[in-house]
Amino acid sequence: MSKLINVSSSPHVRNNVATKNLMYDVAIAMLPATVWGVMQFGIYSLVVIVATVLSCILSEYVYETLMHKPITISDGSALVTGMILGLNMPPTIPLWMPVLGGVFAIIVVKQLYGGLGQNFMNPALAARCFLLISFAGSMTRFTDPVADVIASATPLATIKAGGEYDVAAMFIGRIPGTIGEVSAIALLIGAAYLLYKKVITIRIPGTYILTFAVFAFIFGQQNINYVLAEVFGGGLIFGAFFMATDYVTSPITPKGQIVFGVCLGILTGLFRLFGGSAEGVSYAIIFCNILVPLIERVTLPVAFGKGGKKNGGK
Amino acid sequence: MNKCTERIYNGIIKENPTFILMLGMCPTLATTTSAINGLGMGLSTTAVLMFSNLIISLLRRIIPDRVRIPAFIVIVASLVTVVQLLMQGYVPSLYASLGIYIPLIVVNCIILGRAESYACKNGPVESFFDGVGMGLGFTLALTVIGMCRELLGAGAFFGQTIIPEQYHISILVLAPGALLTLAMLTAVQNKLKLPSATNGDAPQSALACGGNCMTCSGAACMANHAVLAEKKAEEAAKAAAAKKAAAEKALAAKKAAEAAKAAEATKEADKAASEPGKEN
Repeated sequence: MSKLINVSSSPHVRNNVATKNLMYDVAIAMLPATVWGVMQFGIYSLVVIVATVLSCILSEYVYETLMHKPITISDGSALVTGMILGLNMPPTIPLWMPVLGGVFAIIVVKQLYGGLGQNFMNPALAARCFLLISFAGSMTRFTDPVADVIASATPLATIKAGGEYDVAAMFIGRIPGTIGEVSAIALLIGAAYLLYKKVITIRIPGTYILTFAVFAFIFGQQNINYVLAEVFGGGLIFGAFFMATDYVTSPITPKGQIVFGVCLGILTGLFRLFGGSAEGVSYAIIFCNILVPLIERVTLPVAFGKGGKKNGGK
Repeated sequence: MNKCTERIYNGIIKENPTFILMLGMCPTLATTTSAINGLGMGLSTTAVLMFSNLIISLLRRIIPDRVRIPAFIVIVASLVTVVQLLMQGYVPSLYASLGIYIPLIVVNCIILGRAESYACKNGPVESFFDGVGMGLGFTLALTVIGMCRELLGAGAFFGQTIIPEQYHISILVLAPGALLTLAMLTAVQNKLKLPSATNGDAPQSALACGGNCMTCSGAACMANHAVLAEKKAEEAAKAAAAKKAAAEKALAAKKAAEAAKAAEATKEADKAASEPGKEN
């Protein structure tokens, strides 16, 4: 780089917010859920998370070295992708699958499209769906932390099949599921941290969960226990606060974020209540990721001085 | 005969219909779930393509220009019907697995494309070999895609299982796998710098960003433009030097010409002096 003065257009605002800080905040916010998952499912789940994180970081390093690009590991985005992917894995998965998922997330979904900021869908979720379609058996083999039974059904599957469920256990997280999604309380602690640090706003997760709850109430059972179980079960909380709010793949306009949340809620409801499988958060999020450019185009805010009746309301 | 081998080489390598011309994507994506399906699809297309090219080339002076597309389609459709009935009779399992994609060979854009761009302008022998080359290129591409998808997705090589079931990446035999595999193979082809629709002979900019200001966020732009300006200055200097050299050369040539002229003039004068009688 030559030492030219970089002339940029206004606004010339400076502050300390950088990709790095945001990403580390997200990683910190996922720690309660990680700790809970490891306590619940044993040390092997920690191995899975470490494996996905290492796989993501190494893929990023190898790709950027081979392509002679600046190494961007230190911005923490690969770390966050790896953590989200690891927390999305069932605790009994053979180790090579999450590693393959990490490679897919970073190389195919993120780097081939131009690296951080250019990926059109959330890399971790795309990798999860890749693994879910490829290895349906291993990806849905959940263990029950309480009864210590292998291959038990998640509460969502139980609800879908018309069985019994315990909302309190779902809120605390003593249920089968993926490593990071089980404990609603641990996830909400992390989410509160993110909201407090202003890394995310409530718009996307709030509208998402609310729309979904309303959808479940109308089309599912008119029963508050049922709606709570649907909200706390599966990956809804985790998806709403940590995956749908990904900066790259969510709208930046405030109105667009609300539209995005509503779309997510409706799609998740459709997939869960009328679809073949009990869970639909991942598919709903990556589907809406693709809608983001359209949502942004229709919710473009009016420029200052251009609005109002005076100027013809344009 | 040289022309014929050139046509075959052209179809398989230089203008491979799948990886370079990017034609016939529908059967490419839909029928390559296994190597044998890809091979079968490729070979049946080859058979149709060979004979459609031959017949269209023979009839090219008879078919009126205004109705050439319907005429081509009638010829291609008849050939596809023949191939379809033969396949139904002799390879029923392949016929069953390819299904609707056999009648759809009629609308394969490779066939109409070759008829329109080659067979209706060239002689029957070249057209026939053009069909063979294009068909084999298509077959090669489909078989390679099918092989990759079958090997990783179903753990088999031409139907022989070689990878145990728990390692199958089954997304590759589903629809997304077709797009992923095709994209990866095209990327490999691009990397090897064979000419293609995506790396063709578009002028390359000296800028790292390719000179496309639409996709630039502005950060790298200054440095890039500095590099470009430097390069331009260098080129200008080079051009100036060349101009100078040319001017010098021209000057030298002029001098030489003048000298020659002078010599000629003296010669002429000498001649005139030596033969005074001839002037009258």
